[in-house]
Amino acid sequence: MDRWDGGDMKELAEWVIRDLFSKNPDTWQYTWAIYLAGMALAAVICLGFVAVFAGPVTWVERRTAGRIMSRIGPNRVGPQGVLQWLADGIKNLLKEDLIPDDADKPLFRLAPYLVFSGMFGTFVVLPFGANLIAADLDIGVLYLMAVTTLVVVGLLTAGWASNSKWALYGGIRSAAQLVSYEVPIAFALLVVVISTGSLSTQAIIKAQGGWPWQWFVAKNPFTFIAFFLLLTSAMAEGNRIPFDLPEAESELVAGYNTEYSGMRFLFFLFEEWANLWIMGAITTLCFLGGWQIPGVSPEKISASSGWTFVGWQLLSFAIFAAKVSWIVFIVIQARWTLPRLRVDQLMSTCWKYLVPMTLVCIAGVLFMDLYIVQGGITDKIIRWIMTLLGAAVIVLFFLRARYNYKMDKDKYPGLRNEKMWYPPYRMP
Amino acid sequence: MGYDFGTVLIFLIIAALFVGVSLVFGALVRPKRNEPDKATIYECGERPIGTARFNFNPRFYVIALVFIIFDVEIALTYPVAVVFKGWLKEGMGGIAFVEILTFIAILAAALAYIWGKGNLEWMREIKEKDTHK
Repeated sequence: MDRWDGGDMKELAEWVIRDLFSKNPDTWQYTWAIYLAGMALAAVICLGFVAVFAGPVTWVERRTAGRIMSRIGPNRVGPQGVLQWLADGIKNLLKEDLIPDDADKPLFRLAPYLVFSGMFGTFVVLPFGANLIAADLDIGVLYLMAVTTLVVVGLLTAGWASNSKWALYGGIRSAAQLVSYEVPIAFALLVVVISTGSLSTQAIIKAQGGWPWQWFVAKNPFTFIAFFLLLTSAMAEGNRIPFDLPEAESELVAGYNTEYSGMRFLFFLFEEWANLWIMGAITTLCFLGGWQIPGVSPEKISASSGWTFVGWQLLSFAIFAAKVSWIVFIVIQARWTLPRLRVDQLMSTCWKYLVPMTLVCIAGVLFMDLYIVQGGITDKIIRWIMTLLGAAVIVLFFLRARYNYKMDKDKYPGLRNEKMWYPPYRMP
Repeated sequence: MGYDFGTVLIFLIIAALFVGVSLVFGALVRPKRNEPDKATIYECGERPIGTARFNFNPRFYVIALVFIIFDVEIALTYPVAVVFKGWLKEGMGGIAFVEILTFIAILAAALAYIWGKGNLEWMREIKEKDTHK
């Protein structure tokens, strides 16, 4: 029984055929069945992961919102309210499903399928760990951009088919916003593609290293800027405040999903919160070193076997998940910190600021790649400076949060007894 | 290659199945009480005035056109960006650099043109020459 040497899912399927069924994968007539089972298994695992991520993150978001707004937030269902998402899901399942008489019924029913498939399709190429990926497509990044466009089609369909003015405005706005912000995202990803020389997501991660100065964000000043541009555009792409104009509740009721109720409505929200993971995963894999374990090379992980191999996979997943969670938290915090943009400001932010800046970044990265030898002394100095700059940004982030807390505490008597930090298991 | 794209297909099918199955399951457990008021369009509680099929602002159309132009250009830039690193190793980095830069310059020129024409402005002033009398 030869061991599975840590390839992708296809090699795992072939290993199953060879060792468990003792057949040759090239000639056996049921090879396709095992392949199908492998693909379906990967899809079901990803689906479970999305559900288990998107649910609790709604609770995290609401608790964070409560904390930022000096209120409590959901804390009744389960310890600290952690089961709130299950209660919400069951409630939505039991709610009556309403389709307006004037709506375009087939399209109205189709929209949640498009939105959900577009969101879930991205999980094919999003890695979870060193060898944990459904399929490492050669055209990974291009595929990511292509499949997320399905979401735009879904939102537009939902908005138009509802035959409601609010929904129509929401749908059209969301289409305009999502297609516009796809341009800076594509350019920011181009910076990564230039640095890697491949479109595959795993190749992008392997081109970086475990330590912060080996990440693309610290490669040179232009990638450093591109990281923030990508994060900003990804927030817009995920319809997050300050870019949540498609569903701006103060002007559009609920935007494209105004006429939806019950389960169909839930799928739009599901997509939105699952999008948080996608946005975090894309920024992490492109700029923050993905699942790379500091001090352990990918070759060493594939060369290991047995429980060591499993251990490395779990550790790489933990590192990846920690980085993504951090990005997700930043995005959640930004939602409750920043006011919403106006629709004309939204468009000018994209076309007049983000797009020209990403173009400059591309030119800059090309120039740096041409004249600075990777691994040379100049390269090392630049990487160190950028790492220190990144660390300074993080420190500033914490100092700023502390400053705001202290300032508010002096100003508002109601906050006198509020502590700055509660342990997560004993929040108010 | 076949396996990879097969996975994509299976993922899309499983996603659609998940939505379909949960909707069917929901149909079994949820109530269904038809009332004419429930089936109206929401328009702040009033009876809706007309349908939502009216002439729409063309600004969105312009944005969509601009996007398509940029998206096609992006699709053409990606292959060049992928081979850049390989060319750099072969010592032909300069050629690739100039090529991509030309592409970027054309894109920037297009952006400047659209900007200058005022198509990126959300609020456009109607100039005297634009109006037909």
